Amino acid sequence: MVKEIDAKINEIDNQIEELKSKEVLDEAQLYVLKRQRHDLVKMCKNLDPHDKVFIARHKKRPKITEYIDNIFQDFFEQQGDLLGKEDGSIFGGIATYHGIPVTVIGHRKGNDLNENLKCNFGMPGPEGYRKALRLMKQAEKFGRPIITFIDTPGAYPGLEAETNGQGTAIATNLAKMSALKVPVIAVVTGEGSSGGALAIGVANSVIMLENAVYSILSPEGYATILWKDSSRSDEACNMMKLTAQDLKAFNVIDDIIPEPVGGAHMNKKAVYKTVDRYLRRELDKYLKMGPEELSKHRYKKFRNIDADYLKVL
Amino acid sequence: MKLPFNKVFKGKQKEGTERKYIDVADEKSVVASSEKKTDEDTIAAPAVTTCPKCKQEFSKQEIKDNLNVCVACGHHYVISAEKRVRTLVDPGTFRPLKCKVAFTNPLEYPEYEDKITELQKKTGLDEAVLAGVGKIDGFDAVIAVMSSKFLMGSMGIAVGEKITNAVEYADRKKLPLIIFTASGGARMQEGILSLMQMAKTSAAVEKFNNNGGLYISVLTHPTTGGVTASFATLGDITLAEPEALIGFAGPRVIEQTIGQKLPEGFQRSEFQQEHGFVDQIVPRDKMRETLAHILRLHCKRGK
Repeated sequence: MVKEIDAKINEIDNQIEELKSKEVLDEAQLYVLKRQRHDLVKMCKNLDPHDKVFIARHKKRPKITEYIDNIFQDFFEQQGDLLGKEDGSIFGGIATYHGIPVTVIGHRKGNDLNENLKCNFGMPGPEGYRKALRLMKQAEKFGRPIITFIDTPGAYPGLEAETNGQGTAIATNLAKMSALKVPVIAVVTGEGSSGGALAIGVANSVIMLENAVYSILSPEGYATILWKDSSRSDEACNMMKLTAQDLKAFNVIDDIIPEPVGGAHMNKKAVYKTVDRYLRRELDKYLKMGPEELSKHRYKKFRNIDADYLKVL
Repeated sequence: MKLPFNKVFKGKQKEGTERKYIDVADEKSVVASSEKKTDEDTIAAPAVTTCPKCKQEFSKQEIKDNLNVCVACGHHYVISAEKRVRTLVDPGTFRPLKCKVAFTNPLEYPEYEDKITELQKKTGLDEAVLAGVGKIDGFDAVIAVMSSKFLMGSMGIAVGEKITNAVEYADRKKLPLIIFTASGGARMQEGILSLMQMAKTSAAVEKFNNNGGLYISVLTHPTTGGVTASFATLGDITLAEPEALIGFAGPRVIEQTIGQKLPEGFQRSEFQQEHGFVDQIVPRDKMRETLAHILRLHCKRGK
């Protein structure tokens, strides 16, 4: 549904652009178009899971670089895994957040094909995960809280990634992150698919944007594995329980960050403000905790994450 | 090392008798759940099997008597979790850990419960992992064995809990931990909660690791997906059975993504060893003595 509405909104946006470029502005026509656009956006309510997947992957959806520019100050980028490669699909560095130095790490997606080729569409190889771990261990050394932004179709499934130990790299991150002695907050901003998302997601608090999705695998992958048919991904979306609301009910995430109607890309400024507010509140909770307490809290969180569904006989 | 229960150790094996201890009469005392014979133990007609590797015909009994390894080419057939345990531990020393997890269906996945019940009947296991405590050549160890016969050894809540429980038990009792992995990865039927098992098990291993515990991970065919990307690759020592498929993304997914044929032997144990992810490749008939060797080298730490 949203897909079709989005196409119409795009069309109207183009018409508005065209109108504005003319020498004499047709105010009446502009008003009509804006009105139509407004009505279309308002239709994007009560979304189905596959609508949310569409919004979560929207190419205009805010990306990590935008979050950093708008929420953090004094950003200093760090590159490389110090083991032989720089993986552009993981973006990270040091910044200040309300006056506190923090380490920010996240998946990077590009705005166009060229950018996406540089960051592999946000699909990290082992080098990306090793870079993330390097930055996290450094944050721990300097007592900096860690904030991660999750937005990935998954870890890259390729020959080189496998040869260099994709599995080992993700496993190591999961293990080491669980024991970090600084606060870790993860924000799921777009699509969080598979171990590729979790590898930077073992946090004291995991918060998620309203229309973001987080799942064991991409819906296409899920449909392929279960029914050997990736075209049944809409069906998979409905089955997988991958929305923020589902995950909150599962107790897998701690809170849902509201988005403007139609998705985060409809009003980015508002989104940065809300994300900032939620982030600050979460961080405040953990800044009061000591190093041991923090790692114990995180361990306990993941040890008991399935408690509602687990009954030991 | 201290035994966690009062069970008399029945004595050490003599050298060169590695296979003789597979004593059918002892089977019942080895694994509590072994009242039902698995399909592997009942010889069904035809009693002949063709080895997928060397294409020679053998009687099934011959293969079974050889630890499910081809007598001609050494191809490693699948082995049941229970038989695996039987071939490793000193007779009469294995006791399963008490951790039976009730069936749960968070996605309300259709026909999931029936499938699990059927598999429980068929395999004699309650889930895709069998965990317990036993002695290997006199050394106490926590041993967990995954079974690829149980929904491809996939990891859902129950498997994650049983693995975590085994790690925590080893941590509490200061025992070495040995896990035999065989899994297609996280269990799709339980969705995001299966994914969370990766974090849960890895965190437990890390805690055990920080407390100085010894973890030997043995990768068997196949070890892929979420299990490779969690506890399977976190061992202090990583062993692999010959020619086991070990990787994160499976070959089919990769071929679809990059659209090219993968090289011969890609993601096999030998490939992983060549790229530095496996300490040693150990054939099944050498597994017991290799584990005993490693345990012996670690026993003088007073832990």
